[in-house]
Amino acid sequence: MKILVCISKAPDTTTKISFVNNNTEFNNDKVTWIINPYDEWYALVRALELKEANGGTVTIISVGGTDYEAILRKAFAIGADDGVRIDANPTDAYFVANQIATYAKTQGYDLVLCGKETIDYNSSQVGGMIAALMDLPYISLATKLDVAGNEATVECEIEGGKEICSVKLPAVISCQKGMAEARIPNMKGIMAARTKPLQVLPAAASEVLTEIVKYELPAEKTGCKFISPDNVEELVRLLHEEAKVI
Amino acid sequence: MSVLVFAESTNGKFKKSTLEAVSYGKQVATLLGTDCIALADGALEANELASLGKVGASKVVTVKHDNLAHFDAKAYSYVITEAANKTNSDVIIFSYNVSGKAVAPIVAAKLQAGLVAGAIALPDTSNGFVIKKGTHSGKAFAYYNIKTAKKVIGLTPNSFPLQTIDATASVETLDINIPAEQFSVTVKETVKTTGDILLTDAELVVSAGRGMKGPENWGMIEEMAKILGAATACSRPVADIHWRPHGEHVGQTGLTIRPNLYIAIGISGAIQHLAGVNQSKTIVVINTDKEAPFFKAADYGIIGDAFEVVPKLNEAFRKYKANSH
Ligand SMILES: Cc1cc2nc3c(=O)[nH]c(=O)nc-3n(C[C@H](O)[C@H](O)[C@H](O)COP(=O)(O)OP(=O)(O)OC[C@H]3O[C@@H](n4cnc5c(N)ncnc54)[C@H](O)[C@@H]3O)c2cc1C
Ligand SMILES: Nc1ncnc2c1ncn2[C@@H]1O[C@H](COP(=O)(O)O)[C@@H](O)[C@H]1O
Repeated sequence: MKILVCISKAPDTTTKISFVNNNTEFNNDKVTWIINPYDEWYALVRALELKEANGGTVTIISVGGTDYEAILRKAFAIGADDGVRIDANPTDAYFVANQIATYAKTQGYDLVLCGKETIDYNSSQVGGMIAALMDLPYISLATKLDVAGNEATVECEIEGGKEICSVKLPAVISCQKGMAEARIPNMKGIMAARTKPLQVLPAAASEVLTEIVKYELPAEKTGCKFISPDNVEELVRLLHEEAKVI
Repeated sequence: MSVLVFAESTNGKFKKSTLEAVSYGKQVATLLGTDCIALADGALEANELASLGKVGASKVVTVKHDNLAHFDAKAYSYVITEAANKTNSDVIIFSYNVSGKAVAPIVAAKLQAGLVAGAIALPDTSNGFVIKKGTHSGKAFAYYNIKTAKKVIGLTPNSFPLQTIDATASVETLDINIPAEQFSVTVKETVKTTGDILLTDAELVVSAGRGMKGPENWGMIEEMAKILGAATACSRPVADIHWRPHGEHVGQTGLTIRPNLYIAIGISGAIQHLAGVNQSKTIVVINTDKEAPFFKAADYGIIGDAFEVVPKLNEAFRKYKANSH
């Protein structure tokens, strides 16, 4: 079984977010970059488990510049077999999806896995776009994934519940909590990561459909109003009269 | 040129998030000087379909097919793309809820239309077509410009107030042939995991964490939710140790919600928890520890023991409710 896992990089969750250049660019200063957690803990680890159970290969793919190499090596250390980096700045989801789809189309993958969303842009869109561009079935927000023969059984989130369904492979699936448990790379993995093949390819010609023109930070909370535990009626009054939420 | 809104329904009724999307669509249509059309399941009753006029749809187009009863992202996106072409729609709007996240990106890619995934405001058309959306797990916003003629917008649930008018929509059947190969998913089972009020739709949410000590103490939390007509939520550890169902878990690894009111009881307010709730309009925190980080994100706080405060607060809410009718 051939599995492709889409890996994006994201600022560590505890990063203090700020912007530069008149709020038009993200401030990279002092940011620790990690593999986007959904891509690492769920998509990549589940792909490795499926490979361990069924045989096959796990290839990782990123659309990004040289600044992606460190996280790709980490994904190798966790266990991916080989990787592809499409050398381009990933600013637009359609552009990213198009790069991945263009590469994947000719490679005969049984599964293309991606994360639920990137934790910086929270868009949840690249996976669906890849599926559209490859004309493959798409299951989003999967919490469990099993494969038997050429069919996958998937449990995924639906509004207010979950659904268990099956889909013929190849398919594109976005992964979230429930899929697998995080793995910590061991020494052997880290040593092996250095020599695993990483192919760097130029970007294919593609449209860019959206652009970010400006960023903004949320208004600071004006501070918490404290209410005495002996005067809870006051809280009810404030919620009604001041916050107007009840 | 018109604006098309995907109007999703469950159990014969439109969802609240759908009504928001139609209401939003109407205002986008007004901005562009055109009409708002909704696309709905042809199996719905006529008066339910026409009711979308109240939130601004001038016309409802319907598609009927037995296999559409089960959600299938590929088949749905086929239908929506066809409907967009048939109705000559250049702007297609979804609620960016669970199904919107599955379908909107496919429709956008098929139409080569720029997508704003998680819009929280109307487009600004003074210089391009610029829409605000939340980024960095609630810690920032970005303004996206859609550069293509065709545009897809995924609207974040609970981010846009409903505007109702006194009108009914006309209903028209669309004839769309769905090729068999568009159906790719076989649904085996669906399981409901939340209470009557859908957490992602809820305007009021009562949430509790490890400070509650054990699952047997959730009676007072559920009682508060009941008095207020709120949904219940919880922190991750509480779901992980099976005190509460997983469908209630909010935060970075759980659901993201943005209710009008979020009451957090016995939750410390770790950054991963805040990521799922910090876009709530008003946050109330009840915690014994005055240093709990949640107070920094709160609008109102009570430093106190949940086991004393919550029963008193329930009494006060009950009194308020009794007097407000
Ligand atoms: C990668 C990652 C992802 C994560 N994702 C999530 C997520 O999605 N959602 C999430 O919630 N967490 C998530 N977490 C966990 C998060 O970091 C916190 O550990 C968790 O939110 C803490 O839950 P809690 O506040 O219920 O428990 P605790 O941290 O144990 O806090 C309990 C709170 O209750 C208060 N308390 C105790 N007794 C009382 C009482 N009688 N009355 C009132 N207050 C009382 C205490 O003062 C304390 O503040 C994640 C962690 C990691 C590392
Ligand atoms: N630059 C990228 N390179 C590779 N995969 C990506 C990239 N950006 C996003 N993805 C994948 O698409 C998923 C959803 O991302 P997004 O649509 O940006 O929220 C991520 O979890 C990744 O698996």
